[in-house]
Amino acid sequence: MYTAEMLSLIETVERTREKRLKEAFPRLSAAEKTNILQSYHPDHMKDSMRPVKVGPNAGEKMPHELVDVLESRSMIDVDGLALENIDYDVDVLVIGGGGAGTAAALLAAERGATVLLATKLRHGDANTMMAEGGIQAATKENDSPAIHYLDTMGGGGFQNIPQLVNALVQDAPICIQWLERLGCMFSKDPDGTLNTIHGGGTSRKRMHFAHDYTGAEIMRTLRDEARNRGIKVVEFSPAVELIKDDQGQCAGAVLYNLETEQYLIVRAKTVIIATGGSGRLHINDSPTTNHYGATADGLVMAYRAGAKLIYLDATQFHPTGVAFPEQIVGQLVTEKVRGLGAQLVNIDGEQFIYPLETRDVVSSAIFRECRERQKGIPVPSGYGVWLDSPMIEMLHGKGTIEKELPAMFRQFMRFGINMAEKPILVYPTLHYQNGGILINEDAESEIPNLYVAGEASGGVHGRNRLMGNSLLDIIVFGRRAGKNAAEKAKTVKLGKLTLEHTKSFNKELEQQGLGQRVAPILLPDYRGKISK
Amino acid sequence: MAAENKMVSIYIMGKQYEVPYGVTIMKAMEYAGYRFIRGCGCRGGFCGACGTVYRKPDSFRLKVGLACATMVEDGMHLTQIPFYPANRASYKLEELSPSLGTLLQHYPEVTRCLGCNQCTRICPQELSVMDYIAAAQRGDIEKTAHQSFDCIMCGLCASRCPAEIVQYNVGILARRLYGRHIAPRAAHLAERVGEIKAGKFNDELSRLMQMSKEELQRRYEARDIEQ
Ligand SMILES: Cc1cc2nc3c(=O)[nH]c(=O)nc-3n(C[C@H](O)[C@H](O)[C@H](O)COP(=O)(O)OP(=O)(O)OC[C@H]3O[C@@H](n4cnc5c(N)ncnc54)[C@H](O)[C@@H]3O)c2cc1C
Ligand code: SF4
Ligand code: SF4
Ligand code: FES
Repeated sequence: MYTAEMLSLIETVERTREKRLKEAFPRLSAAEKTNILQSYHPDHMKDSMRPVKVGPNAGEKMPHELVDVLESRSMIDVDGLALENIDYDVDVLVIGGGGAGTAAALLAAERGATVLLATKLRHGDANTMMAEGGIQAATKENDSPAIHYLDTMGGGGFQNIPQLVNALVQDAPICIQWLERLGCMFSKDPDGTLNTIHGGGTSRKRMHFAHDYTGAEIMRTLRDEARNRGIKVVEFSPAVELIKDDQGQCAGAVLYNLETEQYLIVRAKTVIIATGGSGRLHINDSPTTNHYGATADGLVMAYRAGAKLIYLDATQFHPTGVAFPEQIVGQLVTEKVRGLGAQLVNIDGEQFIYPLETRDVVSSAIFRECRERQKGIPVPSGYGVWLDSPMIEMLHGKGTIEKELPAMFRQFMRFGINMAEKPILVYPTLHYQNGGILINEDAESEIPNLYVAGEASGGVHGRNRLMGNSLLDIIVFGRRAGKNAAEKAKTVKLGKLTLEHTKSFNKELEQQGLGQRVAPILLPDYRGKISK
Repeated sequence: MAAENKMVSIYIMGKQYEVPYGVTIMKAMEYAGYRFIRGCGCRGGFCGACGTVYRKPDSFRLKVGLACATMVEDGMHLTQIPFYPANRASYKLEELSPSLGTLLQHYPEVTRCLGCNQCTRICPQELSVMDYIAAAQRGDIEKTAHQSFDCIMCGLCASRCPAEIVQYNVGILARRLYGRHIAPRAAHLAERVGEIKAGKFNDELSRLMQMSKEELQRRYEARDIEQ
């Protein structure tokens, strides 16, 4: 329920709505974009980062919260653990049961590999389940993979790795077709034409969706298929360390059963890390949209094993996190709300940014509006700006919000706010890890037999991911990882299993006077607090 | 907010804790000292991990809700149901036909529905669960698929069903049958996939991949934007 003050401020928004409906706010020039990013985006704030002191990226700056986990020691007693007592012996070990991991497991199994999928929570409790807005692919006649390529590179600051983007855009339609055949209910016209809309930074309407449960629809479909295929899944058993063999190849992982508190040894010819992102590290003390298990575990394990990380100094803040009501602060308001025409508006009822600039730019504009220009709307957690959702009903007809954004609508109705009638309050929230473990177009890391897919990987999105390119990324590279890992497993000969790399990493930490903390942290600790 | 500092008493599995007023059950349990292993997934109403049974002090009625989306109230008694050993059928989707027979073969228990409406009354997504089960009984796969679409598979309906129907598993079977076998295929998609497999875009993309940052940027700024 809005407070009386908020309700009176809403009248200002309502007063300017008619005029704004006809008003197109100018897009920023390249120079203006650079300027606003450098002045307001947390990536450019000096005191939010420090150089990591150990490992393959030593000397490079990353957010403190990430450096903290990278500079932590292993939770395992390296000398005390008997690696000979193997609990699972498989061709392919997939770590992480989100969209990327499940797609990988399906493709690996299809190629005849024996697969184990180990995951931290339940299968499908993952960021993938939460994605609302959509998945990009150039499937329409006025669009092409080349245009998709250009949009993606531009969004990423032209720092994306070209081979990865090429794979992303060329595989995209193939992946949508794969999902269609698996029975994903994408929103379609009666003749089968897929519905598509714009997302921030797209030059064609190529965002495919399933109402606003796009990620949930993809995730539950893949999970259902994995169950049908009889793929072995162990839940509540996160990986805590990679195992290598005496030739330096990746050769499995140590799992930790969260319930029995026992370690399990997995020997695998190839390993796929698909552990997702790191929102629950609360970088910059920010609230986050991410699920409970997004704690950068994959980065920590791969880093210790010697894999190089890329672009982890680039963190994506989603411009429209919930700023009010307090109970759901930080949760996502999908970009689709802006895609459907809702404008961002300050306390005086004025627009201050073109709503579909890229996310980093829109977030920076909101920071500026609230901090420097003091035109934010006060909320218990600080400030917010209006997202004028009722415009959607005026542009597309009454009932559009309930039909196209049922998850969003329900979320606010639970707290007595009808977003079809009243604008909602938003503020940037920690959303996505733009970088990750460096991979090539075959989804291989620099460590032999170690593959990475999804949000845990880095390079494909450059320094800023476009909406809809992540759901795409997890399918494209999840499939590639699964297929390649299964093929590779056919020829792999493993030597003796070892944790020497963990030992020497621990030693490196000691030399630097580091390693007081333990990681991966597996689950955030909110005991005695009200979490963000 | 005026009520910000107010505290309320809640009873987690019978034990009393003082927690701030106005927060969700999930955040209140953490405040009380719990660190979830089970019973917590997305924290945002999408994954169905956090089904909770509760009762308010002045009522005999048992209610259910999502811990991440339900606010605590003074005197609330609660426990989570983190797991439910529900039945699930296995199938090869591509070999199935979208028919009543298929639904009944995999979930014969749908015919046992008593029409008690418990499932609809408790669904946190406010779905007409009984109606989609009724549609499934008639073999109306399209209706079952659409009406169950927003299901987050939290399992609360099944936990209360006297006929031991697992509504959400019936729902996903119907949706996958619909998506694969009934919904019209996207012709433009098939066409584009054909073009990609034939290598139609390879040359243009190789040129783009080799382009300097400056040239790419120039093209990016000049690209036309679909209205
Ligand atoms: C609220 C929200 C909305 C979004 N909307 C969109 C959108 O509209 N379009 C889009 O393209 N993208 C969107 N994204 C981004 C996108 O959903 C994610 O980036 C993507 O789904 C990540 O998939 P993944 O498989 O890499 O990771 P996840 O789906 O997060 O899966 C990782 C899995 O690994 C598990 N795990 C973690 N650590 C370990 C460990 N040590 N051992 C074993 N398992 C582990 C996790 O618990 C989880 O189950 C959104 C993200 C969020 C949070
Ligand atoms: S239909 Fe059942 S499983 Fe699905 S959301 Fe409703 S109560 Fe939960
Ligand atoms: S709870 Fe079970 S028996 Fe009752 S209406 Fe729902 S499906 Fe039928
Ligand atoms: S934690 Fe996912 S629905 Fe509550």
